[in-house]
Amino acid sequence: MNQIKRILGIVWIAIGAVAVYYLFINQALGMWKAGGEKIIPAIIYTFVLCPLIAYGLFTFGKYCLSGEYDDK
Amino acid sequence: MNNDKKTTGIWKVISASSMGTMIEWYDFYIFGSLAVLLSTKFFPADNPTAALLSTLATFAAGFVVRPFGALFFGRLGDLIGRKYTFMVTLLLMGGATFLIGCVPSYETIGFMAPVLVLILRLLQGLALGGEYGGAATYVAEHSPNDRRGFFTSWIQTTATLGLFISLMVIYITRHSLSKDDFTDWGWRIPFWVSIIMIFISYIIRRNMHESPVFTKVKEEGKVSTNPLKESFGNKLNFKFVLLALFGATMGQGVVWYTGQFYAMSFIEKTMSIDKDIADNIMLISLALGTPFFVFFGWLSDKMSRKWIMMAGMLIAILAYRPIYTSMYESSNEKSMKAAGNSLVIDSCKVIGSSIAEIKTTPDKVDPSIKKTKILISTKTDSLYNTGAKFHYTKVDTLFAENAIEFDAKANAKNEVWIKYKTKKDTTIITNVFKLKNSIKPDEKPLKIDTLALVSLKSFPDGVGAKFHPAGVSLKQGVEVSKNITDETKWHLIWMVFIQVLFVTMVYGPIAAFLVELFPAKIRYTSMSLPYHIGNGIFGGLLPAVATFLALNAKKANDMAKEAGEALPFDRPYLEGLWYPIIVAGVCLIIGIIYIKANDKNAHD
Repeated sequence: MNQIKRILGIVWIAIGAVAVYYLFINQALGMWKAGGEKIIPAIIYTFVLCPLIAYGLFTFGKYCLSGEYDDK
Repeated sequence: MNNDKKTTGIWKVISASSMGTMIEWYDFYIFGSLAVLLSTKFFPADNPTAALLSTLATFAAGFVVRPFGALFFGRLGDLIGRKYTFMVTLLLMGGATFLIGCVPSYETIGFMAPVLVLILRLLQGLALGGEYGGAATYVAEHSPNDRRGFFTSWIQTTATLGLFISLMVIYITRHSLSKDDFTDWGWRIPFWVSIIMIFISYIIRRNMHESPVFTKVKEEGKVSTNPLKESFGNKLNFKFVLLALFGATMGQGVVWYTGQFYAMSFIEKTMSIDKDIADNIMLISLALGTPFFVFFGWLSDKMSRKWIMMAGMLIAILAYRPIYTSMYESSNEKSMKAAGNSLVIDSCKVIGSSIAEIKTTPDKVDPSIKKTKILISTKTDSLYNTGAKFHYTKVDTLFAENAIEFDAKANAKNEVWIKYKTKKDTTIITNVFKLKNSIKPDEKPLKIDTLALVSLKSFPDGVGAKFHPAGVSLKQGVEVSKNITDETKWHLIWMVFIQVLFVTMVYGPIAAFLVELFPAKIRYTSMSLPYHIGNGIFGGLLPAVATFLALNAKKANDMAKEAGEALPFDRPYLEGLWYPIIVAGVCLIIGIIYIKANDKNAHD
């Protein structure tokens, strides 16, 4: 089980990267271009959601890889 | 005897904590429930800056500020104690809510109005961010280890009860006043009601003692000197913050928002069910579902909290699409026809038309011209052989200059005739015309279209003047609201109730789960942040993201239809569900693999 927990760390990092790519490239950039009312969601996507998911899932994945969640 | 005293004590703690937390949720939700009306009072759409502030008030307070409130008040709670901190959040929330009800409208004080409302809304978000963690920790730290799930589950009922009471207070206020009075000033009452509830809650909380666990930590000199650093700068604790977020609160947040807010918006907007009926469906479903928070909290003391939450997420993921399909089909005329039901009364049968509202304002350029906006309400019926009946109400808007006296009537031929008189100087002209396609269920609404006036007669009452149709235009109704049979209503109540059950499974045990994950000295800070990120950000974004996905699918279908291609989406109204399904799916896998099932007493 510990082995699975560690290997899945790569998956969480990858999901983080895909989510950020989708949210930033597919969503936030369009909102920035559209301007107007879309600016607030664009700010939230760019400065809150993307960093949160990127940093959060990356760190979580890293902890998984290094065995922080292993059953002792 | 001693046990009795202990039990009495814990119930006092629970009632004092729950009441305050419920009021905070009430305060937070009345803004959302009245958002459409508030935007006309404070954030006029024709002023782009005010509209921007409106978006900011919605997004910032709901999503961004809550985690900051969690950090700020969580830190205070771990430094000076739970009791004083969640007393401050209560007063802050109550004050901000009451003041929102006192802010003069944009018409009265101009730009200051949206700015003040935004500031007060941000304070609401901050207060809410600090309240929940305090209340959950306070109750948990008074509870015996083997009943922590049961006792904290009372705190878990408060978010749903807060929503329930906010809907009820608004419903009662709206129905106790005339439509004009409610729109004019009556909407302020739900905000003012808050101050009475806050006062009562303050009096009750003031007499409570500090939590015994925090008192012990303090007496032993083990109070954290820097809770933020110890919570998030220390890998040994931070890894559990991440686990709480990605393995529990993220999924719980989207299940919560789908079952309560997305369901409500789906019934009102996608299914076009009358608002009163939609509110009624929500109120009954929430009332039926709320006791299950306590049930699943209690059950989590008997078995693993983890598996109850994970089961809730799994069933929700599997059930969402069938549930929403069933909801949609229950009031969709095309589906009823496809199922072989035949119409007894034609779906275009007009049963009545009347003038719903008239508003006259002087023209901005030439004040001698009076511009009149007339709302014409038309009702139609569809009756099926099964007994299913739909009432449609559509509101068309007629714009006319210098108009006096209005009348709208439907005749036996299914036609809606509008008659009104205009006056210029001393000449009075009577105009009569027929509305084209006055209503058809599921028809595509048209934009402003003067060609809608297909038949136009005019004749002067006075002498000599000729009618000129310039200055008359019509915006065909875009508001279609359906009335439904009792059978359909109860079907929808059942469907929403099932979703509330999922909410109770994931949300009932989570307070105890979060409290048990962290040590007492940094508990308030550590549990508040993942809770408010999971709920505020992942859950709070759900309505916007889900609506965006559903609209995109509909747009793609419309484009394909125009191009004569095959439709890319079979049921575009279900596309919004991918957001909660994917987020809860990731959370479910993380939760199953990484959360330990029997770790209830790790920090006792």
